Amino acid sequence: MYPSDYRYTKEHEWIKVEGATGTVGITDYAQHALGDIVYVELPKPGAKLEMNQSFGTVESVKAVSEIYSPVSGEVTEVNAALATTPEKVNSDPHGSAWLIKMKLSHPKELDSLMDAAAYQAYIDEQQKEASA
Amino acid sequence: MRYLPKSDSERREMLEAIGARSLEDLFECIPATHRLREPLRLPGPLSETGIIEYFRNRAAENSVGYTSFLGAGIYDHLRSVVTDALIQRGEFLTSYTPYQAEISQGTLQAIFEFQTLMCQLTGQEVANASMYDGSTALPEAALMAARVTGRDRVVVARSVHPEYRQVLGTYARNGALRVEEIPFANESGQIDLDAARLAVDGQTAALAIQSPNFLGVLEQVPVAAEIAHKQGALLVVVIAEAMSLGIARPPAEADIVAMEGQSLGLAPSFGGPFAGVIATREKFVRQMPGRLAGQTVDSAGRRGFVLTLATREQHIRREKATSNICTNQALCALAATIHLCLLGKEGIRELALQNVAKARFALAELEKVPGVRRAFAGPVFNEFTLEFPRSVKLINRELLKEKIIGPLPLGGFYPDQTKRGLVCVTETTPGAEIERLAKVLRGILEKPV
Repeated sequence: MYPSDYRYTKEHEWIKVEGATGTVGITDYAQHALGDIVYVELPKPGAKLEMNQSFGTVESVKAVSEIYSPVSGEVTEVNAALATTPEKVNSDPHGSAWLIKMKLSHPKELDSLMDAAAYQAYIDEQQKEASA
Repeated sequence: MRYLPKSDSERREMLEAIGARSLEDLFECIPATHRLREPLRLPGPLSETGIIEYFRNRAAENSVGYTSFLGAGIYDHLRSVVTDALIQRGEFLTSYTPYQAEISQGTLQAIFEFQTLMCQLTGQEVANASMYDGSTALPEAALMAARVTGRDRVVVARSVHPEYRQVLGTYARNGALRVEEIPFANESGQIDLDAARLAVDGQTAALAIQSPNFLGVLEQVPVAAEIAHKQGALLVVVIAEAMSLGIARPPAEADIVAMEGQSLGLAPSFGGPFAGVIATREKFVRQMPGRLAGQTVDSAGRRGFVLTLATREQHIRREKATSNICTNQALCALAATIHLCLLGKEGIRELALQNVAKARFALAELEKVPGVRRAFAGPVFNEFTLEFPRSVKLINRELLKEKIIGPLPLGGFYPDQTKRGLVCVTETTPGAEIERLAKVLRGILEKPV
């Protein structure tokens, strides 16, 4: 379910790193919890982000939720296709519905994020708590 | 539902349940110096007949038999008894803002129809389910423009209602807006276009004008739009007299319309409650304050209504909400909806034309009075500024003796305009009363000061 080469945050974002560039999106767990996504608000390329800084919102029919940057860096590209097809975040959250690409300023920060197994365990725990 | 206060025994019961000995005991955590140590000094209870008697006496304090020529943001228009009869239905009168929206289909349908009518009147693509009033709609529009453009400067014409500008000032002082005012042209009474071109720059979020403006003059909305858009700013058009839209060109070039809906079926009362409107372009909808009712179909394909865009409101988004408006003026918006439906497309046009005709007649009659002249050349709807040979306040004192509530003295709002006054006439102003105003005025001005 959760790609093994991605890293994950407790706020349910993922980041995939190739060289100095990271691609960021929200996880399948997050899209499922939010429900039908109707709008995605993203920053402009060039925006400088701190780790855990809010950089946009995802709006579902139920709520508007903040999206937080998994690491520090500068936004190099945003997924413009989501402006017209936000529902892709529901259907392909780990692939074509990526949100932003960024140039990492402190790649060391990746070490503090969860890998796929740890994230799976984290959401299992969350679901257990929710149903308890 | 009965609103009776708790009895002593109920109070004792509740105090016992939470383990407090007395009310004093319950409030122990509040420092004694801040507590009231004696009962509130209120008059004692009255019997039902006593209450009726009391209010009858208070009602008798109201002045009767006066003719008013006041407008300036609140307008006396004809209202149908049908409106009051319908809004007093319990389903509408007692319902609170629809937080459990979809069980209130009737309320949502009424809001949806209100939005539709506001779009048709203003020439805009979306209208929200009402603001508190026109004066709060202006700062909401300014804040919205700041969110859309990412800029913080707002240029406001001095011909925008002075009290609306005060409310804007209050929002700006405590928020992240910088407000700058531009003058009106002395000749036309419309905004000074050169001043507007100079003031609107690359940091300007919005240019805000009012039409008809506070001096009664209709503005050139397309020209103002061009000035704003050239610098990437939005044009906010304030409308305080919504009835003007029955005949005036809708401000379709505006990016945001901030309107007072009082003229559409709401009595002037003591200045409220009214209903404000924000209407805008669809592309700005996510920066619009408040909520929208939308039309949809249910699982069986039947027409139904939902609240959309409520996700950006305060009860969901907390400090990140687009606005601090929580509820709306649903009942007043409903009254406006019913009123407009009763009038229909033809009716509102005819009513607006009657206003124009009355204003033309009044202008002609009053301009015949020696010493009185029209102050501004710009086109007007049902309100206009006159210049008098002496202070408007002094003239009004004399008019009042003849049971005429005269022109609004502009000196209170514009210190250099003490000899100018704002006259309003609507379809409710009898022609004979306009003639009487001219006659009495002539008499007053013939007498030496």
